[in-house]
Amino acid sequence: MQRQVALERDTALDAPAPPARGRRTVLTPYYLLAPTLLFLAVFFAWPMFQALILAVQDNGRFSLGPLQRMADDVLFWEAIRNTILLTLIVVPAQVVLALIMSLLLVSGLRGAGLFLYAWAIPLGISDLAAGVVWLSIFNDRGYLNSALAGLGLGQTGFSFLSYEHPVSMFLAVAVAETWRATALVMVILLAGLQVIPKDYAEAAEVFGATTWQRIRHVTLPMLRPSLQVALIIRTILAFQAFAVVVALVGRNLPVMAEEAYRWYGDLRNPSVAAAWALLIMVFSLVNTVIYLRALRVRDEQLA
Amino acid sequence: MAEIRLERISKTYAGGKAPAARDVSLAVADGEFMVLLGPSGCGKTTLLRMLAGLEYPDTGRITIGDREVTDLPPRQREIAMVFQSYAVFPHMTVFDNVAFGLRMRKQPADQIKPRVERAAELLQLEPYLGRYPSQLSGGQRQRVAVARAIVMEPSVLLMDEPLSNLDALLRLQFRAELKKLVQDIKTTTVYVTHDQVEALSLGDRIAVMRQGEIVQVAEPMVVYDRPTTEFVGSFIGNPPMNFLRGSVSRDNGHARVTIGSEALTAPTALAEAVGDNVLVGIRAENIEARAEAPSGGANGAGHALAGETVVVEPLGSHLLITAAIGGQQLKVVTRTDFPTGPGRPIWLYPEEDKIRWLRPDTGAAVQV
Repeated sequence: MQRQVALERDTALDAPAPPARGRRTVLTPYYLLAPTLLFLAVFFAWPMFQALILAVQDNGRFSLGPLQRMADDVLFWEAIRNTILLTLIVVPAQVVLALIMSLLLVSGLRGAGLFLYAWAIPLGISDLAAGVVWLSIFNDRGYLNSALAGLGLGQTGFSFLSYEHPVSMFLAVAVAETWRATALVMVILLAGLQVIPKDYAEAAEVFGATTWQRIRHVTLPMLRPSLQVALIIRTILAFQAFAVVVALVGRNLPVMAEEAYRWYGDLRNPSVAAAWALLIMVFSLVNTVIYLRALRVRDEQLA
Repeated sequence: MAEIRLERISKTYAGGKAPAARDVSLAVADGEFMVLLGPSGCGKTTLLRMLAGLEYPDTGRITIGDREVTDLPPRQREIAMVFQSYAVFPHMTVFDNVAFGLRMRKQPADQIKPRVERAAELLQLEPYLGRYPSQLSGGQRQRVAVARAIVMEPSVLLMDEPLSNLDALLRLQFRAELKKLVQDIKTTTVYVTHDQVEALSLGDRIAVMRQGEIVQVAEPMVVYDRPTTEFVGSFIGNPPMNFLRGSVSRDNGHARVTIGSEALTAPTALAEAVGDNVLVGIRAENIEARAEAPSGGANGAGHALAGETVVVEPLGSHLLITAAIGGQQLKVVTRTDFPTGPGRPIWLYPEEDKIRWLRPDTGAAVQV
């Protein structure tokens, strides 16, 4: 025992960093991780596993019936098409808007801080409330129609949200979705921009870059990790678009999450609802892998 | 290549208490290497950034060559800059980093390549052109930053403490290399540093700054030997210049300066130039030390100052002795075999022509 202590002292003097000091130190990181792992297991892994089981059984027996019923539904392809179309419009619009907003915020313009708070407001509003707000704008007697009438453009009011006008209906949903979640992208990009040292922008300026060249050749490449995170989170959320759609147009515009809800609630078939949930997850996974590969930042390119 | 003129530049940062530059005027000749030297917060970096166009002065004019650039953005100034943090783009290879400025100026690719290769050769970066900055050492990154600047063949080269992030040995080596490089390319250069050794070794001239003002502009040896203020004398040199308080008296036609119980003869004009008191500035290496009392009484004493050794520090090439004269301490450099020790008497002979006389109230040197 004595001998061992002496030996340990010796190594401690020789070695620059002696980390291993017994079980306690080795296990500490795991103790710290445990609450998170427990949370993820109970609230994410377990429901996911249950959904998987649910989606492949019929009356307690293994069956691909629920998947079949989901695919055979008349609204199956329409819901998928609408969701993808919505994602394709909303996500790029949000990234561009959020990029412009966050670049303005870090540009040091007077009052930029005030804009940050104003732009972050949608983050604090629930999906459903946001949907209701936009409903009051877009409905037949809403603010938009009042404004148009006030300008002398069409006294009768236009049914933006009617299934008879699929384009305006779709665009109204896209606008509301964009408004609701752009702030989330902005916050992520802003955080990313703020950790890029100012010297890089100044070096670009000194070496002749115009504002656009600076953003294109210096800011955006250095922002890539943040863009990747923002795109992944935003696209996953876009696949789950639900409350805003329901509040604005109800069943007129079927989307994937809405189908899961319909099968679970109205049609009382949890298995098919679980099948939809699984499909949404597969979409998200595939999409995440694509982003991770396309926007990969090589280690040596990090600052 | 171009000369630079700063005319009556003033600048106060929003929210800043003291001005970062107050009424600064400075002319840098074509091809000259000018060092801005001063302690942190003296405004030297602000001045450089205003030259670069990264800050704008509140008042005053900046001219580069025959063009006024006061309000022009950086890219219209034909300048290049080396940043303290290097600011080498991490997502670009060394080649792309060096080529960055030329590409922004839309130079044809077949002209960019030879120019980048030439700059890389000057800074010994050829083997690393395909690498990313994270794969390079700090010294190599700094070389990339310098190559990126000189490849532009700018009218003016600006450097903001380029050596301060390098370790001591590398700094010494790169300093000499940088000096040779700038001599070879003959570009007008403004170089900011707080390191007086760097300033002395690199500059054609040094502008010493303090609290937003330029205190003295002169060749390195003039700044070192003939500082115009107490601040310059104590900021430059290691050890800093000694300053001793003395009182002035007239003694049948000669001025005398008394320090404690010791006396120095002084130029006759000194008594008129200052009042009753004076600061005596003398560098440690301009004092001759003797271990024995001067022989031959009063006339042999000349202007020897008798004192006592307090501390002896052997520094390899010489001894650094701290001595006390009439309660005031000063540093003296001697040969390593000088026989002394703490508590032993010492006689000091300042070289007369190296003494600076300064006003004790303002710290300004008196011309006599």
